[in-house]
Amino acid sequence: MPAISTILIDGLTYASWLFIVALGLTLVFGVLKILNIAHGSFYALGAYTAASFVGWTSSMNLAPAWSLLAMLLAAVTVAVIVAPLIERGLLRFFYGRDEVLLVLVTYAMFLILEDVTKLVWGANPYYVYEPYSLFGNVDVGVQSYVGYEFALIGLAAVVGLAVWWGLNRTRQGKIVLAVIHSPEVASSMGVNVSRVYMVAFSIGIFLAALGGAFTAPMISVQPGVSVGVVIVSFAVVIIGGLGSIQGAAIGALLVGLARSLAVHIAPVAELFSIYVVMAVVLMFRPEGLFQRIQARKI
Amino acid sequence: MAAILPASKTAPATGHGRLILIAVVTCVVLSLAGLLMPRWLSFLLIMSAANGLVSLGIVGLMRGGVVPFGQGMMLAAGGYAAALAYNHLGFTDALGMALIGGVAAALIASPFAPLLSRYRGIFFAMLTLALSMVTYGLLMKLSMLGGSDGFNVGRPTLFGQELADGRVVYTLYVLAIVLATTMALLARIFFDSTRGLVTLAVKENELRVEYLGGSVRQAMTINFILAAFCGGIGGALAVMALGHIEPNFSFWTTSGEFVFVAILAGWQSVAAVFIASTLLEVVRSFSSAYFPNTWQLVLGIFLLLVIRFLPGGIGSLWMGRKRK
Amino acid sequence: MSTLLEAHGVNKRFGAVVAAEDINIRIASGERVSLIGSNGAGKTTFVNMITGYLKPDTGCIALAGHDITPLAPRIITRLGVARSFQIPQLYGDLSVLDNMLVANACHDDKLSFWQPARRPEAIARAETLLERFRLGEHRDRRVAELPGGVRKLLDIAMAMTGRPKLLLLDEPTSGVSAEEKFPMMQTIMDALGHEDATTVLFVEHDMDIVERHASRVVAFYAGRIIADDVPSIALKADDVRRYVTGELLQE
Repeated sequence: MPAISTILIDGLTYASWLFIVALGLTLVFGVLKILNIAHGSFYALGAYTAASFVGWTSSMNLAPAWSLLAMLLAAVTVAVIVAPLIERGLLRFFYGRDEVLLVLVTYAMFLILEDVTKLVWGANPYYVYEPYSLFGNVDVGVQSYVGYEFALIGLAAVVGLAVWWGLNRTRQGKIVLAVIHSPEVASSMGVNVSRVYMVAFSIGIFLAALGGAFTAPMISVQPGVSVGVVIVSFAVVIIGGLGSIQGAAIGALLVGLARSLAVHIAPVAELFSIYVVMAVVLMFRPEGLFQRIQARKI
Repeated sequence: MAAILPASKTAPATGHGRLILIAVVTCVVLSLAGLLMPRWLSFLLIMSAANGLVSLGIVGLMRGGVVPFGQGMMLAAGGYAAALAYNHLGFTDALGMALIGGVAAALIASPFAPLLSRYRGIFFAMLTLALSMVTYGLLMKLSMLGGSDGFNVGRPTLFGQELADGRVVYTLYVLAIVLATTMALLARIFFDSTRGLVTLAVKENELRVEYLGGSVRQAMTINFILAAFCGGIGGALAVMALGHIEPNFSFWTTSGEFVFVAILAGWQSVAAVFIASTLLEVVRSFSSAYFPNTWQLVLGIFLLLVIRFLPGGIGSLWMGRKRK
Repeated sequence: MSTLLEAHGVNKRFGAVVAAEDINIRIASGERVSLIGSNGAGKTTFVNMITGYLKPDTGCIALAGHDITPLAPRIITRLGVARSFQIPQLYGDLSVLDNMLVANACHDDKLSFWQPARRPEAIARAETLLERFRLGEHRDRRVAELPGGVRKLLDIAMAMTGRPKLLLLDEPTSGVSAEEKFPMMQTIMDALGHEDATTVLFVEHDMDIVERHASRVVAFYAGRIIADDVPSIALKADDVRRYVTGELLQE
């Protein structure tokens, strides 16, 4: 029976990157009403780009701390280059159409990005070693944990607070909230809704890529990571409620801890426990724990 | 195939007779053609038929206005049922296994169907997705079902006869053709029936259906169970062709491919579903062989083009009026 | 003449808004009753409670002696109540004929897994009804492309397919130009004329149409019934003139 601190820290670590990624997913849905199946692909892009950038900083013999900046830059690069391309070049032609149709468009995007990633980076796995040992080890009682995991938890907290503050305490954030509530009314009040869409989408992508970049040191970056990530993110966002920040946080915590419990205590339940919760939430409280939109029922 | 002729405005009772004739002729022609085909083509067409059956069920649901993202669950249900029947019950008849697959999937779908019938849009898609991922998780972890590796299935028999080495693929091919044309025929008859028309009405205006005395929930429950039956037969067929079953059948990316085929086909023509399914298999095989790491790219672009320029699917090309 | 519909002590509030207050009414078979009143007076709420879409807070509604208050709209439809909608509720992507066929199939409960929807008997029956509503020429046209007046008539024709005992028409001539109103109402009433057994309740704002086609007028105001009589008397009542037709505004 592993120590409680292990289960807790494992769960929190998992919840941290999951929260960052799910936050991006829920933001994109809240503003653009698009449930983005390709969200995991942007996570993957972030991870791969981080692998490349960190590879470069190492080869330039820079101090290891630079790898952190490299990872951050990787996420920014993905957001700045890929997001506007996709939003302006593809998504905007489908705005206002049926929500399931938009899901299918993002599914097409997912298919395309899967192969694009393989074509650019190849099919072999990448390992991003350097950042992982940057924070040394932290002792909790008799157990020793990798410091990087605590850093990740810290990052998630910072990101969550930043997004919350940005939405609720800044003028631009309030404009975004208005667009979430009603694009038509916001537009008639002079808000440049297209620009809000693009910014929101870019931030959503940035968050996905950020999650990918900072998780890269903990996984092997290879084709197929996007597939697992997006589906778990969906679970979090459904459990927490589409469009809700608190929902993404609570959902990520629930999923992270549930998974950690399962992995350490009852491995049989590991995979399907998350989806059982997702299904149960959909059946009994489809709007999620933090209501934003209503489920379509008869 | 049955639906190359448009559903005419006044289909006389002989309309069914005509459909049956077309189905039989198609079946015979394709079966005979199989004698001349290279083995890889027969195999490809078996998989097209198997996958096409799953997509046929999706089309049935799309006619009611919902898109299921978890039909892989039905493929898996049918496949595992057939495989377990073979390995543990000693039941080896190919046709029987196909039917077992269909019935098993329909039974597994039944408790969820009334629940799902209350949902639309994204929530329907997410719930079907969640259920298929739960199934995947279960299949991965249950070692009695082979766990993540799945397990193998031996060579089926047919009507008591063992199948000789050279005959297996052709026999399975003919079985696939027979099953596909039969289900296509039945689907066409169902789509043209009163229940089929009410399903279209549900897509257009649920409120009015209820106010006319119809039951939306009953319509969608039935559609879901029928779709499961189709998918289950497809699963059994796939298992027999591949000789192997694994949890991946229920993974969301598998389900996504079936949706892709359904969108590509459109919901008007039953033949289009199998043509679209064959297209997918062809693209998959050829690009794997010659341009690896591009088949998903091709599919993705294809899908975007269809959504943007041919929203009625390829079936609308010959069924006339473009409907959404 | 037996009582077909009876409402007893029906009350309904939406928060502070009184939508129905102590509604008591008895409608006999074969009557042609017009519900009048300004917007928000409670006419549509009353109709919605009959069809089962809304449930009264207190009181009960009975159809031919059957208490229908707790029943679902679909069941109430099956018992013989049909309604048309102010904004026509149609199957836009389907043809006019298909719309009628769906209505046929739903109501008769003749739902089959294999019988063609477009079989000769069903089509003939649908066409007959379409002719009565002068919609025959539009038979194969896609509903979404049709003009407003035609859509309204189709909406009503669909409600008629089940040969309902009670037909509720929600503003059958609204959204239609002035010169079309009269012929349209005449078409509707002629079509209904074949079925003497159909009791009709229609919500209407045009008093000329009310006078011509209603055998009885029930006036609503603030959720209450303020008049219930033959048109010649009800329309002259002070309250009705004050709150509904606006004739007393000058005085």
